[in-house]
Amino acid sequence: MARELWKGNEAIAEAAVRAGLEAYFGYPITPQNEILEWLSHRMPELGRAFVQAEAELGAINMVYGAACTGARVMTSSSSPGISLMMEGISYIAGTEIPVVLVNVMRGGPGLGNIAPSQGDYNQICKGGGHGDYHVIVLAPASIQEAVDMMPLAFDLAEKYLTICCVLIDGSIGQMMEPIELPEMRPAQRKDFPWATNGAKNRPRRILTSIYLDPPEEEKTNLRLLKRWEAIQANEIRSKEYFLDDAEIVVIGFGTAGRVALSAVRAARAKGLKVGLFRPVSLSPYPYARVAELAGKAKAFLVVEMNAGQMLDDVRLAVNGRIPIEFYGRLGGVVPFPDEILDEIQRISTADLQLDGNPVADWMKRMEAMVR
Amino acid sequence: MQTEIILSGFGGQGIMFAGQVLSYAAMDIGKQVTWIPSYGPEMRGGTANCTVVIADEEIGSPLVKNPSAAVVMNLPSLDKYEPMIQPGGVLVINTSMVDRSAMRSDITVVPVACNDIAEEIGTPKLANMVAVGALLGGLEALTASDIEAALNAHMPGRHKHLLPKNLEALNKGIENARKNMIKAK
Amino acid sequence: MATLTIPDNLVYERPQSFTDSPTHYCPGCTHGVAHRLVAEVLDEMGLANRTVGVAPVGCSVFAYNYFNTDFVEAAHGRAPAMATGIKRVLPDHIVFTYQGDGDLASIGMGEIVHAAARGENITVIFINNANYGMTGGQMAPTTLPGMKTSSSPSGRDVETQGYPIRVAELLATLEGAGFIVRRSLHDPANIRKAKKAIRTAFEVQTHGLGFSLVELLSTCPTNWGMTPVDALKWVESHMLPFYPLGDYKIAPAITAAKI
Repeated sequence: MARELWKGNEAIAEAAVRAGLEAYFGYPITPQNEILEWLSHRMPELGRAFVQAEAELGAINMVYGAACTGARVMTSSSSPGISLMMEGISYIAGTEIPVVLVNVMRGGPGLGNIAPSQGDYNQICKGGGHGDYHVIVLAPASIQEAVDMMPLAFDLAEKYLTICCVLIDGSIGQMMEPIELPEMRPAQRKDFPWATNGAKNRPRRILTSIYLDPPEEEKTNLRLLKRWEAIQANEIRSKEYFLDDAEIVVIGFGTAGRVALSAVRAARAKGLKVGLFRPVSLSPYPYARVAELAGKAKAFLVVEMNAGQMLDDVRLAVNGRIPIEFYGRLGGVVPFPDEILDEIQRISTADLQLDGNPVADWMKRMEAMVR
Repeated sequence: MQTEIILSGFGGQGIMFAGQVLSYAAMDIGKQVTWIPSYGPEMRGGTANCTVVIADEEIGSPLVKNPSAAVVMNLPSLDKYEPMIQPGGVLVINTSMVDRSAMRSDITVVPVACNDIAEEIGTPKLANMVAVGALLGGLEALTASDIEAALNAHMPGRHKHLLPKNLEALNKGIENARKNMIKAK
Repeated sequence: MATLTIPDNLVYERPQSFTDSPTHYCPGCTHGVAHRLVAEVLDEMGLANRTVGVAPVGCSVFAYNYFNTDFVEAAHGRAPAMATGIKRVLPDHIVFTYQGDGDLASIGMGEIVHAAARGENITVIFINNANYGMTGGQMAPTTLPGMKTSSSPSGRDVETQGYPIRVAELLATLEGAGFIVRRSLHDPANIRKAKKAIRTAFEVQTHGLGFSLVELLSTCPTNWGMTPVDALKWVESHMLPFYPLGDYKIAPAITAAKI
């Protein structure tokens, strides 16, 4: 198929349609509106369900209901809307049903702004809703990667009866790139043995997240954890660039990762032995590979569009073996490659300490810069 | 090889579409390309800009601080982007809306009266295509025939009748660029 | 419609749309009556095997244990949104929510209003007992002016705690609402009328005629601090004057369909 130029949000929406999306429920919020808008005409023309809900709260609970029937369903939103959905996300996790969620992150906290950000890493990867649960989080860095991820997201959600979140930022949602879309798949509802779709010729079914008896809830938590173990074992994804001889390894996901790629190339052109590790699955996080890289590299540079949320995961994997430096931009500011190049150059000659505090050090440099 | 172009002006000047035309053309000749707009309140009027990156390999940052070319359709855009262009880069100035000349001599400056030319052609809305033509006059990444093929391939059927006028605007831009271009020192 | 063969000597039996599970409701509470009416209607209409119920948060959180149909359990107030999701992907199925007044008229007011406004083809059984039952009898949006509850110990002061919300009247103003009525469960005659209304509400849904809601004035003897009999009398003496029974919205299409 020939390449076509698509806007990120619309491409993601169309890829979901082609992956067999049967119902979409959403609410307008910038910078993800094009997903809702695209599906508002695409779904009805295919005879599939589309509802613009009264709020994100309504949207996630419509998704919850539709997912209980076994249908392929999704919603999308941006940071403040995802916060509002957290109640439903926890309920869906507790009910063990598959749902796909797209979060087009923007600057925060609060109303913040509509510029690209990665400030929701902790919220979506580490919880957000109440209780013990995990969400599969995939972070594409290009539109093609996002498009390829949509069928995968549904497959993973259904395989592990969990929420799969495709996490991008406003820039990936708003930009255009040439892509090839996946083949059109019909909306085919699997015959799940748990789906509440009418007790015809079978015993009735109940889907709930309530387990009033604590030992029963404990068993449920263990079941979720067991599934999470399998996800951790099977669903780690990442991309690597120039790592063979890299002494400095830059680690960044999504947009920060691709901006870092430009910086890494520029550093290579200057003769520096630098590589890039770009986690694609943020949850489960590629701890083992990061740990392995820590055995080979002299130092890590973590780059994020937040205040070092993924940095904690890198530190966990490195476990104090090599120095880690951090560079972040906040509140909707996207770093330019030259900022990261400057950091790479600084690190290549700096006398780095193992017991340094990467966030505190970065803040000192930031305060001088943004004064 | 990577080329970065920032196009900037008032909302409604067709800046975003001009960037998309460049992107389609780059895609059709097998290049990697990203088009990224400024988005938000400014898209309702006010200033608008987009960045187009064209490359042979996987593109890293879709945003650039120092582009290889800038097309500025109004004065605020000239003030903002003239200092940013890489030495040896290209600056297209829409002199219909800008009343000062470029200050730098280390970049190729292409002053073209995009709006006036578009008016002469009889389609004032095509100032953006004149600007695209002017850019091609100074830039090697894409040719006029690349743009022509892209317009032909991607213009929606209902707009196809506008194709000749678009090509006329494009060629006028190229023509004027050749005439007015001040090469980098 | 399914036909039932009833033995001549049978005066009472458990509806087939009920499970064998005994309910957890307090003695004298009218939830049991409301449940039974719904189950009888599902039986009579032969709907149980294509029905998905949505349980609320509140005393009726365990409604799914009692109805012999597929059931899901919603977050507090979100039952109409969940029902919307189900109905949109299973349009040939019957989807109903069963909600109390805290669930529907307080935390879930947004969901119910918009489900009605969209004319979602679902049925809502709304239990109005003027307080939050499960959490211990706190003030609800339906608590009467001056009524004492565990969170309005001196009686609901409308100056500081606002006025009760008349849900049926409110929703009846919406173009999208099809069938909105209020009935009461305080005596046998009214219970029969309530059942008829519930039957009509489900008929509205099977005919695809839009959003249907039956508000049922109910008792909460435990939290009201009354005997079951006194509680029934109190509904008549105190709730009926404030919440008049009646048909608040019957869309022309429903009248035309002669359900």
